Amino acid sequence: MGLTENSPPDMNLIQVSRGHDKDGDLGLTLTTLEKAVNWARKGSLWPMTFGLACCAIEMIAAVSARYDIDRYGAGVFRASPRQSDLMIVAGTVCVRMAPVIRKIYDQMPEPRYVIAMGSCATSGNIYDSYSVVQGVDRFIPVDMYVPGCPPTPEALFDGILKLQEQIMQRRVFYTKPPEQVQA
Amino acid sequence: MHPVAEKIQQAFPEAFRQAVEWRGDLAVQVAREHLHAVCRYLHDDPGMDYDYIVHVSSVDWPDQPERFEVVYEFYSIRRRARIRVKARVPEDDCVVDSMTDIWKGADFMEREVYDMMGIRFRNHPNLVRILMPDDYPEGFPLRKDFPVRGKGWRDTFPFLGEKTI
Repeated sequence: MGLTENSPPDMNLIQVSRGHDKDGDLGLTLTTLEKAVNWARKGSLWPMTFGLACCAIEMIAAVSARYDIDRYGAGVFRASPRQSDLMIVAGTVCVRMAPVIRKIYDQMPEPRYVIAMGSCATSGNIYDSYSVVQGVDRFIPVDMYVPGCPPTPEALFDGILKLQEQIMQRRVFYTKPPEQVQA
Repeated sequence: MHPVAEKIQQAFPEAFRQAVEWRGDLAVQVAREHLHAVCRYLHDDPGMDYDYIVHVSSVDWPDQPERFEVVYEFYSIRRRARIRVKARVPEDDCVVDSMTDIWKGADFMEREVYDMMGIRFRNHPNLVRILMPDDYPEGFPLRKDFPVRGKGWRDTFPFLGEKTI
Protein backbone atom coordinates (compact mmCIF):
# COMPACT_ATOMS: atom_id res chain seq x y z
CA MET A 1 0.00 0.00 0.00
CA GLY A 2 1.07 3.48 -0.66
CA LEU A 3 0.90 5.17 2.71
CA THR A 4 3.65 4.32 5.14
CA GLU A 5 4.32 5.38 8.68
CA ASN A 6 6.81 7.86 7.25
CA SER A 7 4.03 9.76 5.59
CA PRO A 8 3.84 13.42 6.47
CA PRO A 9 1.08 14.38 8.85
CA ASP A 10 -0.98 16.23 6.27
CA MET A 11 -3.22 13.22 5.71
CA ASN A 12 -6.06 15.46 4.62
CA LEU A 13 -4.37 16.13 1.31
CA ILE A 14 -6.72 16.03 -1.60
CA GLN A 15 -4.62 13.54 -3.52
CA VAL A 16 -2.01 11.38 -1.84
CA SER A 17 -0.21 8.87 -3.95
CA ARG A 18 2.70 6.96 -2.54
CA GLY A 19 2.60 3.90 -4.75
CA HIS A 20 4.34 3.16 -7.97
CA ASP A 21 1.69 4.91 -9.97
CA LYS A 22 3.62 4.53 -13.20
CA ASP A 23 3.35 0.78 -12.75
CA GLY A 24 -0.36 1.03 -12.33
CA ASP A 25 -0.18 0.79 -8.54
CA LEU A 26 -1.93 3.92 -7.44
CA GLY A 27 -1.55 3.06 -3.82
CA LEU A 28 -3.94 4.99 -1.69
CA THR A 29 -5.53 8.05 -3.16
CA LEU A 30 -7.62 10.35 -1.09
CA THR A 31 -9.83 12.79 -2.86
CA THR A 32 -13.27 14.24 -2.72
CA LEU A 33 -16.08 12.46 -4.47
CA GLU A 34 -16.89 15.67 -6.30
CA LYS A 35 -13.38 15.85 -7.68
CA ALA A 36 -13.44 12.21 -8.71
CA VAL A 37 -16.72 12.69 -10.56
CA ASN A 38 -15.42 15.78 -12.29
CA TRP A 39 -12.22 13.97 -13.22
CA ALA A 40 -14.23 11.18 -14.80
CA ARG A 41 -16.42 13.64 -16.64
CA LYS A 42 -13.60 15.71 -18.05
CA GLY A 43 -11.70 12.63 -19.18
CA SER A 44 -14.51 11.18 -21.24
CA LEU A 45 -16.02 14.04 -23.17
CA TRP A 46 -17.86 12.37 -25.99
CA PRO A 47 -18.55 14.94 -28.68
CA MET A 48 -21.63 15.11 -30.83
CA THR A 49 -20.82 14.85 -34.54
CA PHE A 50 -21.99 18.27 -35.54
CA GLY A 51 -20.12 20.00 -38.34
CA LEU A 52 -21.88 22.79 -40.18
CA ALA A 53 -19.26 24.43 -42.38
CA CYS A 54 -15.53 24.77 -42.93
CA CYS A 55 -14.80 24.55 -39.19
CA ALA A 56 -15.94 20.94 -39.41
CA ILE A 57 -12.92 20.22 -41.61
CA GLU A 58 -10.62 21.40 -38.84
CA MET A 59 -12.60 19.37 -36.33
CA ILE A 60 -12.12 16.30 -38.54
CA ALA A 61 -8.41 17.09 -38.76
CA ALA A 62 -8.32 17.25 -34.96
CA VAL A 63 -9.61 13.68 -34.84
CA SER A 64 -6.98 12.44 -37.27
CA ALA A 65 -3.80 10.66 -36.25
CA ARG A 66 -1.62 13.74 -36.57
CA TYR A 67 -3.45 15.77 -33.92
CA ASP A 68 -5.28 12.94 -32.12
CA ILE A 69 -8.09 14.43 -30.07
CA ASP A 70 -8.26 11.08 -28.22
CA ARG A 71 -5.37 12.26 -26.03
CA TYR A 72 -7.89 14.38 -24.15
CA GLY A 73 -10.55 11.72 -24.00
CA ALA A 74 -12.72 13.67 -26.41
CA GLY A 75 -12.31 11.48 -29.46
CA VAL A 76 -15.36 9.27 -29.35
CA PHE A 77 -17.58 11.14 -31.76
CA ARG A 78 -21.15 9.91 -31.43
CA ALA A 79 -23.83 10.17 -34.06
CA SER A 80 -26.58 10.37 -31.48
CA PRO A 81 -27.16 13.20 -29.00
CA ARG A 82 -28.30 10.65 -26.43
CA GLN A 83 -24.75 9.32 -26.14
CA SER A 84 -22.80 12.55 -26.19
CA ASP A 85 -21.70 15.08 -23.59
CA LEU A 86 -20.14 17.80 -25.68
CA MET A 87 -21.56 19.60 -28.68
CA ILE A 88 -18.92 21.29 -30.81
CA VAL A 89 -20.90 23.70 -32.95
CA ALA A 90 -18.47 23.95 -35.84
CA GLY A 91 -19.54 26.41 -38.48
CA THR A 92 -22.06 28.99 -39.65
CA VAL A 93 -25.46 28.57 -38.07
CA CYS A 94 -28.25 29.35 -40.51
CA VAL A 95 -31.69 30.17 -39.28
CA ARG A 96 -33.24 26.97 -40.59
CA MET A 97 -30.64 25.01 -38.61
CA ALA A 98 -31.33 26.84 -35.34
CA PRO A 99 -34.37 24.80 -34.19
CA VAL A 100 -32.49 21.60 -35.06
CA ILE A 101 -29.52 22.61 -32.90
CA ARG A 102 -31.84 23.49 -30.04
CA LYS A 103 -33.61 20.14 -30.36
CA ILE A 104 -30.34 18.20 -30.41
CA TYR A 105 -29.09 20.15 -27.42
CA ASP A 106 -32.28 19.35 -25.54
CA GLN A 107 -31.87 15.67 -26.34
CA MET A 108 -28.38 15.48 -24.86
CA PRO A 109 -28.27 14.09 -21.31
CA GLU A 110 -26.84 16.27 -18.59
CA PRO A 111 -24.14 17.19 -17.82
CA ARG A 112 -23.71 18.63 -21.28
CA TYR A 113 -21.25 21.13 -22.61
CA VAL A 114 -21.16 23.33 -25.70
CA ILE A 115 -18.12 24.65 -27.52
CA ALA A 116 -18.80 27.36 -30.09
CA MET A 117 -16.02 26.72 -32.58
CA GLY A 118 -15.00 29.58 -34.85
CA SER A 119 -16.21 33.12 -35.28
CA CYS A 120 -19.41 32.13 -37.09
CA ALA A 121 -20.77 30.03 -34.24
CA THR A 122 -19.53 32.66 -31.79
CA SER A 123 -20.90 35.81 -33.36
CA GLY A 124 -21.99 35.21 -36.94
CA ASN A 125 -18.65 36.53 -38.22
CA ILE A 126 -19.03 38.88 -41.21
CA TYR A 127 -22.31 37.27 -42.21
CA ASP A 128 -24.79 39.78 -40.87
CA SER A 129 -27.16 38.71 -43.61
CA TYR A 130 -30.66 37.38 -44.04
CA SER A 131 -29.95 33.75 -43.19
CA VAL A 132 -27.24 33.68 -40.52
CA VAL A 133 -27.79 33.53 -36.77
CA GLN A 134 -25.52 36.01 -34.98
CA GLY A 135 -23.97 33.51 -32.61
CA VAL A 136 -25.21 30.16 -31.36
CA ASP A 137 -25.39 31.55 -27.81
CA ARG A 138 -28.58 33.31 -28.83
CA PHE A 139 -30.52 30.11 -28.30
CA ILE A 140 -28.31 27.63 -26.38
CA PRO A 141 -25.90 28.26 -23.49
CA VAL A 142 -22.24 28.09 -24.55
CA ASP A 143 -19.42 27.03 -22.21
CA MET A 144 -16.37 27.83 -24.32
CA TYR A 145 -15.76 30.01 -27.34
CA VAL A 146 -12.91 29.13 -29.69
CA PRO A 147 -11.87 32.08 -31.88
CA GLY A 148 -10.52 31.68 -35.39
CA CYS A 149 -11.73 31.43 -38.93
CA PRO A 150 -11.46 28.49 -38.93
CA PRO A 151 -9.59 27.65 -35.70
CA THR A 152 -6.69 25.25 -36.06
CA PRO A 153 -6.91 21.87 -34.30
CA GLU A 154 -4.55 23.28 -31.66
CA ALA A 155 -7.00 26.08 -30.97
CA LEU A 156 -9.80 23.58 -30.61
CA PHE A 157 -7.65 21.59 -28.18
CA ASP A 158 -7.05 24.76 -26.21
CA GLY A 159 -10.79 25.18 -25.95
CA ILE A 160 -11.23 21.57 -24.86
CA LEU A 161 -8.47 21.83 -22.26
CA LYS A 162 -9.91 25.04 -20.87
CA LEU A 163 -13.32 23.40 -20.77
CA GLN A 164 -11.77 20.51 -18.83
CA GLU A 165 -10.28 22.97 -16.35
CA GLN A 166 -13.70 24.52 -16.02
CA ILE A 167 -15.34 21.14 -15.50
CA MET A 168 -12.88 20.36 -12.68
CA GLN A 169 -14.11 23.41 -10.79
CA ARG A 170 -17.78 22.64 -11.10
CA ARG A 171 -20.06 21.71 -8.28
CA VAL A 172 -21.59 18.28 -8.71
CA PHE A 173 -23.95 17.72 -5.80
CA TYR A 174 -26.45 20.49 -5.90
CA THR A 175 -29.76 21.11 -7.58
CA LYS A 176 -29.31 22.93 -10.82
CA PRO A 177 -31.65 25.83 -11.47
CA PRO A 178 -33.46 25.67 -14.79
CA GLU A 179 -31.61 27.23 -17.67
CA GLN A 180 -32.49 30.72 -18.62
CA VAL A 181 -32.03 31.63 -22.25
CA GLN A 182 -32.76 35.12 -23.41
CA ALA A 183 -35.45 34.99 -26.06
CA MET B 1 -27.13 33.18 -85.97
CA HIS B 2 -27.12 29.86 -84.25
CA PRO B 3 -29.35 27.30 -86.07
CA VAL B 4 -31.37 26.61 -82.93
CA ALA B 5 -32.01 30.33 -82.48
CA GLU B 6 -33.07 30.57 -86.11
CA LYS B 7 -35.54 27.74 -85.63
CA ILE B 8 -36.99 29.44 -82.59
CA GLN B 9 -37.31 32.68 -84.49
CA GLN B 10 -39.10 30.93 -87.37
CA ALA B 11 -41.48 29.09 -85.04
CA PHE B 12 -42.19 32.04 -82.75
CA PRO B 13 -41.56 35.29 -84.63
CA GLU B 14 -43.71 37.26 -82.19
CA ALA B 15 -41.89 35.87 -79.13
CA PHE B 16 -38.29 36.07 -80.27
CA ARG B 17 -36.37 39.10 -79.06
CA GLN B 18 -32.68 38.38 -79.44
CA ALA B 19 -30.11 35.61 -79.40
CA VAL B 20 -26.61 35.92 -78.03
CA GLU B 21 -23.90 33.38 -78.61
CA TRP B 22 -20.75 33.70 -76.60
CA ARG B 23 -18.01 31.09 -76.45
CA GLY B 24 -20.36 28.35 -77.56
CA ASP B 25 -23.12 29.27 -75.12
CA LEU B 26 -26.44 30.10 -76.73
CA ALA B 27 -28.80 32.43 -74.88
CA VAL B 28 -32.19 33.28 -76.35
CA GLN B 29 -34.38 36.03 -74.99
CA VAL B 30 -38.10 35.66 -75.56
CA ALA B 31 -41.23 37.55 -74.56
CA ARG B 32 -42.67 36.56 -71.22
CA GLU B 33 -46.14 35.76 -72.62
CA HIS B 34 -44.72 33.13 -74.97
CA LEU B 35 -42.09 31.66 -72.64
CA HIS B 36 -44.13 28.56 -71.85
CA ALA B 37 -44.92 27.86 -75.52
CA VAL B 38 -41.27 28.26 -76.50
CA CYS B 39 -40.17 25.90 -73.76
CA ARG B 40 -42.84 23.38 -74.72
CA TYR B 41 -41.49 23.53 -78.24
CA LEU B 42 -37.91 23.07 -77.03
CA HIS B 43 -38.93 20.03 -75.03
CA ASP B 44 -41.32 18.31 -77.47
CA ASP B 45 -39.86 19.00 -80.90
CA PRO B 46 -37.72 16.03 -81.99
CA GLY B 47 -35.15 18.37 -83.51
CA MET B 48 -34.75 20.19 -80.19
CA ASP B 49 -35.26 17.47 -77.59
CA TYR B 50 -34.15 19.46 -74.54
CA ASP B 51 -35.20 16.84 -72.01
CA TYR B 52 -33.21 17.95 -68.97
CA ILE B 53 -33.68 21.15 -67.01
CA VAL B 54 -30.34 22.24 -65.61
CA HIS B 55 -31.14 25.36 -63.69
CA VAL B 56 -33.61 28.13 -63.04
CA SER B 57 -32.28 31.43 -61.85
CA SER B 58 -33.14 35.08 -61.92
CA VAL B 59 -31.41 38.43 -62.26
CA ASP B 60 -32.32 41.82 -60.81
CA TRP B 61 -31.63 44.85 -62.99
CA PRO B 62 -32.83 47.68 -60.76
CA ASP B 63 -32.27 50.47 -63.28
CA GLN B 64 -34.08 48.95 -66.21
CA PRO B 65 -37.81 49.26 -66.92
CA GLU B 66 -38.40 45.52 -66.95
CA ARG B 67 -36.62 44.89 -63.72
CA PHE B 68 -36.31 41.13 -63.37
CA GLU B 69 -35.11 38.43 -65.66
CA VAL B 70 -35.90 34.71 -65.33
CA VAL B 71 -33.27 32.42 -66.78
CA TYR B 72 -33.91 28.81 -67.68
CA GLU B 73 -31.13 26.51 -68.76
CA PHE B 74 -31.90 23.32 -70.64
CA TYR B 75 -29.79 20.43 -71.83
CA SER B 76 -30.44 17.80 -74.46
CA ILE B 77 -28.88 14.56 -73.36
CA ARG B 78 -29.23 12.97 -76.79
CA ARG B 79 -27.92 15.96 -78.78
CA ARG B 80 -25.47 17.06 -76.09
CA ALA B 81 -26.63 20.63 -76.60
CA ARG B 82 -27.28 23.38 -74.12
CA ILE B 83 -29.53 26.41 -74.32
CA ARG B 84 -30.38 29.31 -72.06
CA VAL B 85 -33.79 30.93 -72.33
CA LYS B 86 -34.41 34.32 -70.72
CA ALA B 87 -37.52 36.35 -70.20
CA ARG B 88 -37.86 39.81 -68.71
CA VAL B 89 -40.44 40.44 -65.99
CA PRO B 90 -41.61 43.88 -64.87
CA GLU B 91 -41.77 44.64 -61.16
CA ASP B 92 -45.46 45.54 -60.97
CA ASP B 93 -46.59 42.27 -62.57
CA CYS B 94 -44.01 39.78 -61.33
CA VAL B 95 -45.40 36.57 -62.83
CA VAL B 96 -44.23 34.01 -65.38
CA ASP B 97 -45.65 30.63 -66.33
CA SER B 98 -44.34 27.67 -64.43
CA MET B 99 -42.48 24.94 -66.29
CA THR B 100 -43.39 22.21 -63.84
CA ASP B 101 -45.85 20.66 -66.32
CA ILE B 102 -43.00 20.19 -68.82
CA TRP B 103 -40.06 19.39 -66.53
CA LYS B 104 -40.87 18.06 -63.07
CA GLY B 105 -37.43 19.19 -61.93
CA ALA B 106 -38.41 22.83 -62.24
CA ASP B 107 -40.43 22.56 -59.03
CA PHE B 108 -37.81 23.24 -56.35
CA MET B 109 -35.77 25.59 -58.52
CA GLU B 110 -38.77 27.80 -59.24
CA ARG B 111 -39.57 27.80 -55.54
CA GLU B 112 -36.04 29.02 -54.86
CA VAL B 113 -36.43 31.83 -57.39
CA TYR B 114 -39.71 32.79 -55.75
CA ASP B 115 -38.12 32.66 -52.30
CA MET B 116 -35.07 34.73 -53.15
CA MET B 117 -36.36 37.15 -55.80
CA GLY B 118 -40.13 37.22 -55.38
CA ILE B 119 -41.04 36.22 -58.91
CA ARG B 120 -44.26 34.19 -58.88
CA PHE B 121 -44.87 31.25 -61.17
CA ARG B 122 -48.36 30.73 -62.56
CA ASN B 123 -49.72 27.15 -62.25
CA HIS B 124 -46.96 26.07 -59.90
CA PRO B 125 -48.27 23.20 -57.70
CA ASN B 126 -46.72 24.39 -54.41
CA LEU B 127 -45.30 27.89 -54.55
CA VAL B 128 -44.05 28.45 -51.01
CA ARG B 129 -40.67 29.47 -49.66
CA ILE B 130 -38.03 26.76 -49.73
CA LEU B 131 -34.87 28.18 -48.12
CA MET B 132 -36.18 30.88 -45.81
CA PRO B 133 -38.72 30.20 -43.05
CA ASP B 134 -42.26 29.91 -44.36
CA ASP B 135 -43.43 33.04 -42.57
CA TYR B 136 -40.41 35.22 -43.35
CA PRO B 137 -41.88 38.72 -43.38
CA GLU B 138 -39.08 40.90 -44.69
CA GLY B 139 -39.31 40.42 -48.42
CA PHE B 140 -36.98 38.73 -50.85
CA PRO B 141 -33.30 38.66 -49.88
CA LEU B 142 -31.66 38.53 -53.30
CA ARG B 143 -33.27 41.69 -54.61
CA LYS B 144 -30.83 44.54 -55.02
CA ASP B 145 -32.79 46.80 -52.67
CA PHE B 146 -32.58 44.28 -49.81
CA PRO B 147 -29.99 45.49 -47.28
CA VAL B 148 -26.72 43.58 -47.40
CA ARG B 149 -25.90 44.09 -43.73
CA GLY B 150 -27.87 44.20 -40.53
CA LYS B 151 -30.38 41.47 -41.33
CA GLY B 152 -28.76 38.70 -39.26
CA TRP B 153 -30.94 36.71 -36.88
CA ARG B 154 -30.63 38.03 -33.36
CA ASP B 155 -33.71 37.57 -31.26
CA THR B 156 -36.61 36.07 -33.21
CA PHE B 157 -36.46 32.39 -32.34
CA PRO B 158 -40.04 31.22 -31.88
CA PHE B 159 -38.96 27.72 -30.85
CA LEU B 160 -37.32 28.97 -27.64
CA GLY B 161 -40.52 28.91 -25.64
CA GLU B 162 -41.61 25.53 -26.95
CA LYS B 163 -40.98 22.10 -25.56
CA THR B 164 -38.89 20.41 -28.20
CA ILE B 165 -38.38 16.94 -26.75
